[in-house]
Amino acid sequence: MSLIQIKDLKREFANDEVVTKVLKGVSFEIDKGEFVSIMGPSGSGKSTLMHILGFLDKLSSGTFHFEGEDVSTLEDDELASMRSTKIGFVFQAFNLLNRASALENVMLPLLYNKEIDKKERLKRATDLLESVGLGHRLHHSPNKLSGGEKQRVAIARALVNNPEVVFADEPTGNLDSKSGLAVMKILQDLNEKGNTVILVTHEKYTAEHAKRIIKLKDGEIVEDKEVTERQWANTNGELTK
Amino acid sequence: MDIRENISSSLTMIKRNKMRSFLTMLGIIIGIMAVIVVMSVGEGAESLILNQVKSMGSNLVGVMPGASEDDGPPASVLGIVNTSLKYRDGEEINKKGCDCIQAITMYVNGNDVINVADNKISTNFSGTTASYIEVEDTEVGEGRFFTKEEEKGVAKVAVLGSEVKEKLFGDQDPIGRRIRIKKTNFLIIGVMKERGISGFQNQDDQIFVPISTAQKLLLGIDHISLIRAKIDNDKNVDKAIDSITWILRDKHNIDMGDKDDFTIASMSQGLEALGSITKALRLFLVSVAAIALVVGGFGIMNIMLASVQERTREIGLRKAVGAKKYHITMQFMIESSVITFMGGMIGVVLGILISILTAKIVQALGYDWDLVITPFSILLGTGVSIGIGLVFGIIPARRASRLDPIEALSYE
Repeated sequence: MSLIQIKDLKREFANDEVVTKVLKGVSFEIDKGEFVSIMGPSGSGKSTLMHILGFLDKLSSGTFHFEGEDVSTLEDDELASMRSTKIGFVFQAFNLLNRASALENVMLPLLYNKEIDKKERLKRATDLLESVGLGHRLHHSPNKLSGGEKQRVAIARALVNNPEVVFADEPTGNLDSKSGLAVMKILQDLNEKGNTVILVTHEKYTAEHAKRIIKLKDGEIVEDKEVTERQWANTNGELTK
Repeated sequence: MDIRENISSSLTMIKRNKMRSFLTMLGIIIGIMAVIVVMSVGEGAESLILNQVKSMGSNLVGVMPGASEDDGPPASVLGIVNTSLKYRDGEEINKKGCDCIQAITMYVNGNDVINVADNKISTNFSGTTASYIEVEDTEVGEGRFFTKEEEKGVAKVAVLGSEVKEKLFGDQDPIGRRIRIKKTNFLIIGVMKERGISGFQNQDDQIFVPISTAQKLLLGIDHISLIRAKIDNDKNVDKAIDSITWILRDKHNIDMGDKDDFTIASMSQGLEALGSITKALRLFLVSVAAIALVVGGFGIMNIMLASVQERTREIGLRKAVGAKKYHITMQFMIESSVITFMGGMIGVVLGILISILTAKIVQALGYDWDLVITPFSILLGTGVSIGIGLVFGIIPARRASRLDPIEALSYE
């Protein structure tokens, strides 16, 4: 059974009687443990697709099954539950709370999961920050961290609820190439450990760190294939093939 | 996210925006402070009035000249001279009144500047009857009060209030000495015991002279300004009023159906009148407090709406990582309640301080003022402040909870 299965997914936005068709019937499946890049120029619908896959947006028509369950009809709060337990997000703009410490930022998703107590929250967040190399920065506020460090905090936050899928929306977009590679290395390591990673990017080079690329153009899939010459990053920010 | 975490996160927000939070709280601070002060001062004023009236005796009935308008007090209370009551009216009540009337006394009043050696004071004089002591339930400290004969015989004798004696003679014995009131020499025959303020009048800052002397030699009038009757028992007050009414109507030749040309009021009626005044005052202050609280509430709503706008991205992020609508609603409602609760607490403290200050000032003026701060008023203040936070926090909180996470995350 596929982890994600979408069929003929359409998404339209109506604005003052003008209907914009952003996704015009997209179908694919993603299995557990895959590393997929959704790639395309701006306006291709890749962000909208990621929002739907990440339970942030609803589809206009078509079907969307997650772990075999039809999730296309879920209400807002049910979608929130899915976000809280099934997925983790890494955003291009980091989206960290400046008034909270790195540790508090990482714990944020767990605040909405009442099954996890404070002690457990603290342990998980500390472990994750250590694993992304920020064990010495636990109590720093984001504005005292570099861009690369911020994105590593954001990755730790995306992982704190042990998600089925990690979504990364242009995760290297705001970073220099060295920090960008360090982030890609973490995502690749995650995938090696069995996590499903879905990456959205407009850069071919970044996309090629994944195992598979789905190319979108004008709301339709124009290409869906395995990466033959995969890029590998190491933590030193160097490229290794 | 439990309530404790929400509260601590709200406190962080308040700490980060100290000035803004304080200004936001101001309406609530003033409102709650007013509630506490109104309740405390209201209670204090009521007990003051009660004590003042009780100190005069609840078994007293007053007869004032002039008809009363629409159950209100007669015009003479406001200082308008009415000559319908005479000395003989008092005498008639004394003679023909029911057995329940123990004694009556009469009054005329005036004031003058009195000189004794270097001491010069402006004071009031009361022309009254020998029965004053009995009716007002007071005592002479030194010397004696004037007699019935002196009262009727236009005797030039005076009894000083304790404060007048103190101011004019200090430690010296004034008895046997003379003072000049309105160009007439009076022989001092006694000094009253200290009595304090009663019936809102400083009883010690007065000089008592026989009523006939005051009428003829000091004021040049033949009417009196008040008759006061002492009734044997509170229960007989109505009976006494009836009795006095008929005596005076008969004496004044008032026909059936015509209005009285005098007004009789018992202490309980006086209490009622004063009670209605304090009630009105309280109502007014409570409405001021309510307006302040509502204005404060809108202030909170305004600032919370601004806060929601300012933190749109944060809300988007919280929703993106799994916050449900009620999590966001709770967060903002708790935040607004924490602000109003803090404002309420400051208001309670300020209210208590002002109540204490009021009590000290009134006590310093010589009145018997009870400082009353009830736990109920503190609970009410606290409850109302939290309630306002919840009520006026609803709209901003709901607006926050309904934000679309995608739009919120891309908000600049």
